[in-house]
Amino acid sequence: MSEPLAEPTTAQAVVDVAVVYAGDYVNKMSGQRIERECLTRMERGCRALVINFQDTELVNSIGVSILLGVIDAAEQSGTRLAFSNVSVHTLKLFELLGLTRLVVLADSEEAALATLEEFSATPPGH
Amino acid sequence: MSDSTRMVLHAFAALADLGEEIAETSDFEEMVRSALHVVLGTMGIRRGAVAEFDRGTGVLRFVASRGFGDTHPAEVNLPRKSREGANGNGNGDGSAPYAHALQDYALVEHEIHERFHEAGVEVVTPLVVRGELVGVILLGGKASGVAFTQEDRELARALGRHVGVGLHNHRLLREVERRAEENQKLYETMKGSYKDTVRAFAAAIDCKDKYTQGHSERVGKYSEIIAREMGWGDEEVEAIAIGGYLHDVGKLVVDRDIINAPYRIDAKQSSELNRHPAAGYEILRPIQHPFADIPLMARYHHERPDGRGYPEGLKDEEIPPGAKIVSLADSFDAMTTDRPYRRRRTFDEVVADFRRNSGKQFSPQVVVALCRALLKEARGETRPRQMMRLLGRDYVPEHTLPALEQLIADLESGAHLTTAQASGPA
Repeated sequence: MSEPLAEPTTAQAVVDVAVVYAGDYVNKMSGQRIERECLTRMERGCRALVINFQDTELVNSIGVSILLGVIDAAEQSGTRLAFSNVSVHTLKLFELLGLTRLVVLADSEEAALATLEEFSATPPGH
Repeated sequence: MSDSTRMVLHAFAALADLGEEIAETSDFEEMVRSALHVVLGTMGIRRGAVAEFDRGTGVLRFVASRGFGDTHPAEVNLPRKSREGANGNGNGDGSAPYAHALQDYALVEHEIHERFHEAGVEVVTPLVVRGELVGVILLGGKASGVAFTQEDRELARALGRHVGVGLHNHRLLREVERRAEENQKLYETMKGSYKDTVRAFAAAIDCKDKYTQGHSERVGKYSEIIAREMGWGDEEVEAIAIGGYLHDVGKLVVDRDIINAPYRIDAKQSSELNRHPAAGYEILRPIQHPFADIPLMARYHHERPDGRGYPEGLKDEEIPPGAKIVSLADSFDAMTTDRPYRRRRTFDEVVADFRRNSGKQFSPQVVVALCRALLKEARGETRPRQMMRLLGRDYVPEHTLPALEQLIADLESGAHLTTAQASGPA
């Protein structure tokens, strides 16, 4: 089902779902890379996105702001967004700053994909 | 770790990030965008903007914005009420209307808040540096949905102080750039006036000699071309052109009858005429020229590498390079223009003169440069063909070019010295 991309460490497309891998430190540079990747997927019609934080140890303020921007862009384009594999430390920060209210959270990438598929199977209005 | 400790650590880290971003001065708008990211990311805010305040016009210009879409204009004009503060304590003299006026920042906050409330702005933070409003930060609601606390507002102000410093530094930098640009324009204007004055002088010099109209200007042009061919820089080339224009300024003190004598002048008259390089130096020396050595070019343009020139009889290495160039340009123009007592020389004759006098009257390196420039123009390798325009299109015939090339080769190899020695007196 998955379809590896040219840069498999960055993102992996799964039909109309894409998985974007955040690096170990989400700051301005890596945040912009995540943002670019997500926006490109959305522009290409992807309507479900997972950002996998499995390697992420730290997210700084610029990283948080960029993620909030990605959340906005996903909302505007009708793309479902999930964060997966978020460490306890990062999860706490996301909670305090309100990000967890805006995205689907999953322990693993598979769980995130399953959740997004569930959503997509639900007919509109339900 | 408690939530409040976690938030304090996050804010501290944000302050450090902000410091780094503010230090980035090469791209102002990118710096402001990054600063806005820091502020939004510190408090988990989805919408925000940073606007810069122009104290001269009272306009707030949005430099970075996130999440507002097109709901706000690019610029906002602050009404005078806000600009002058609640106490109405503006300057009143129109000199710097907003420099000291914006003391009641609450009024600015209120004004902006009123305008942007519907767009979702919840907090307005004026950016003040040294008592002067430099901009504002507009913040939308927190992603957590929790209302802003007093601590949040304090944090926004603390971050805002850094952002304000970034805006202020940028303003100072622009001011410095503007002044530098003004100074540059002023300098160019003054240089233009100087050149016009020099041209007027050159025309005055040439007016005195009815047979050499345009001589100074041509010497200036030839000198410029030779210097460029020798690889001189733009400033030095400009200087040598001026030196060429002014080389005969000393003739202003020589009797007009001597200058215009339609016959060979006697020894006394010749001595009088030969005063003109030293007189030129005395005229030019007190002037603050934008280029060095111009008085020296006038003083030494009749010196010769063999030491038989005047006024001091300097030898090759003692003669300033600029004077050597002006000397050849001066002689070249004399050879290639008609005089009352003789017609101008043919190009063949000029080449022969160069061959005969290189190392004696003229510096061989300078002769090579002039010959190269002539060769390039004659072959159409350089545009515009400045010398051909001055000499006349057909002055350098095709058949003379091999001799010109041979002269260049001989001068470069030193072969002309052997020839000169062989043909010299026993």
